[in-house]
Amino acid sequence: MSATIPKTAVMPDMLEPIEDRGGAAQPLLQVNGLTKHFPVRGGLFGARKTVRAVDDVSFSILKGETVGIVGESGCGKSTTARLLMHLMNRDAGEIIYDGMQVGRALSLRELRRGMQMVFQDSYASLNPRLTIEESIAFGPKVHGVADAVARTVARELLGKVGLRPENFANRYPHEISGGQRQRVNIARALALSPRLVILDEAVSALDKSVEAQVLNLLADLKREFGLTYLFISHDLNVVRYISDRVLVMYLGEVVELGPVEQVWDAPAHPYTRALLAAMPSSDPDRRTETPPISGDPPNPIDPPSGCRFHTRCPFAEPLCANATPKLTALDTMGHQAACYMAVPGSGHSRALSKS
Amino acid sequence: MSVTPIGAMSDAALQAAPVAKARGYWATVGRRIARDKVSMICAFILLLIFLSALVAPWLGLADPYQGSMIRRLRHIGTAGYPLGTDELGRDMLARLIYGGRLSLIIGISPVLLAFCIGTSLGLVAGYVGGKVNTAIMRTVDVFYAFPSVLLAIAISGALGAGIVNSIVSLTIVFVPQITRVAESVTTGVRNMDFVEAARASGAGGFTIMRVHMLGNVLGPIFVYATGLISVSMILAAGLSFLGLGTKPPEPEWGLMLNTLRTAIYVNPWVAALPGAMIFAVSICFNLVSDGMRSAMDIRN
Repeated sequence: MSATIPKTAVMPDMLEPIEDRGGAAQPLLQVNGLTKHFPVRGGLFGARKTVRAVDDVSFSILKGETVGIVGESGCGKSTTARLLMHLMNRDAGEIIYDGMQVGRALSLRELRRGMQMVFQDSYASLNPRLTIEESIAFGPKVHGVADAVARTVARELLGKVGLRPENFANRYPHEISGGQRQRVNIARALALSPRLVILDEAVSALDKSVEAQVLNLLADLKREFGLTYLFISHDLNVVRYISDRVLVMYLGEVVELGPVEQVWDAPAHPYTRALLAAMPSSDPDRRTETPPISGDPPNPIDPPSGCRFHTRCPFAEPLCANATPKLTALDTMGHQAACYMAVPGSGHSRALSKS
Repeated sequence: MSVTPIGAMSDAALQAAPVAKARGYWATVGRRIARDKVSMICAFILLLIFLSALVAPWLGLADPYQGSMIRRLRHIGTAGYPLGTDELGRDMLARLIYGGRLSLIIGISPVLLAFCIGTSLGLVAGYVGGKVNTAIMRTVDVFYAFPSVLLAIAISGALGAGIVNSIVSLTIVFVPQITRVAESVTTGVRNMDFVEAARASGAGGFTIMRVHMLGNVLGPIFVYATGLISVSMILAAGLSFLGLGTKPPEPEWGLMLNTLRTAIYVNPWVAALPGAMIFAVSICFNLVSDGMRSAMDIRN
């Protein structure tokens, strides 16, 4: 292990986490040009069309940070997660884990030990025929840990996620509550000692008080095991609470990314502004009276030309429909947005003139 | 709603687990079916028929092959012949009980074989999907397109009469049906998140099918297969009736029904007995399978 990353309190029986090779400066995950198009057929003899679910998405996740992905349903958040986990094949793009290109320097099997995922539906993501202990022990057993050892690890992990093993190890998923089940799912994800955990709407289905407890648990586990999170949610408050940096997605593209404070305080993309304005305020004097955004997201089968948001954008100009804006750095903190208004000298009437 | 600061949660609330002892899925199903009177009575009748067929030689019955020209077609309740005699003067009670041996074997074993083959095929087709699915399912559809009676007769006829051949032909008849059920159940389970989670943990296809799929698809397929036993018994009886299954003088219900057919005007009650046995066994299997279907329908 590199000296820069503190060795964390890993339980003796657990699988060793895969080695840190790149050092602290190397992003844990680098995603370049990730693309996934689903072919759909329009009717029996209709022309083949494609849904551009994820289109040329690039970002990186530093070691030890939490990156949030926000966006409306259908914007490609979950597809991105599944592509990263290699649960579906990508059409284009490369995924680099700790400096190692997946599929070349790093095998898929190794990647799966280094990256795990917690799903939204706590019930559907546990096998109803297996006890909780068996579900958690399954992963380590796949990677060659003996049955008895894997079960010991499972019981210890249950303790780590706040469930007493003697009460829960032999339970079946339908016998416990949603919050408890999601804790089990977290324990299952941790059983392979991953360094990156993708949380795909992991707390969205829980009620508010349970959600808060699970979020705190995630923060504790992150500290204890030295984890890095990719946190996908449509709940902006939760993302703000847990994330260091945030990625805003719209129709399969990243429209804005940056440190969570910058994005919240100075949203540069009109879509981000609309999203933030759509959050209900608890202050009766600050009611939302005008809709921040109108209309539904366009059909991803035929995404609008140019900037995909121009059909709903209050500031759209002919320029926006003709060419696609690239992610442009707004400051030195890593805040970027894909909007012509943020590009000096782009030709948009609201853009700063080129200095 | 109580105002609880974030994170301040009583340990008791989190550890609140159901008081009842943890029970496995099958234990719960067993308990539920034990409370179902109809299923239990049917299961008891089936058990009785099975056991008597099994221990037939030790029940002190008359020789099922020993006929007598002077004691033909005695009525039910004749002294010494509680269920009368058949057209060759053989004791009906003995023949019905001995007949259960063959009838049950050729009724159940095709379903059992088809269950193993069909489940494997359907599981692979449903889990792997794509071209493998198309190859398996379209082949199966070719067999499925024939009416089952016709297919059974055609295959039996081609293979020649005999017990083994009729089992083979009935197995071929049932494989497509079970495969289709297995494939559709598997496709449903395959898209669930726990299968994705298993893939994400790096498990191979075979391990996932064995650990995660099989336990979740077996139940519905098993229920469907139990329902097929009655069909199989009737088809097997039909094959024997046509002379494609067992051969005389072997006691077998379908064959007995066939040979006693000529006596239906002389002694209708005795002639109907083998049919009554086939009816009783198939309806019991059907009711038990219905009971299992509802017992397995557990919602959380």
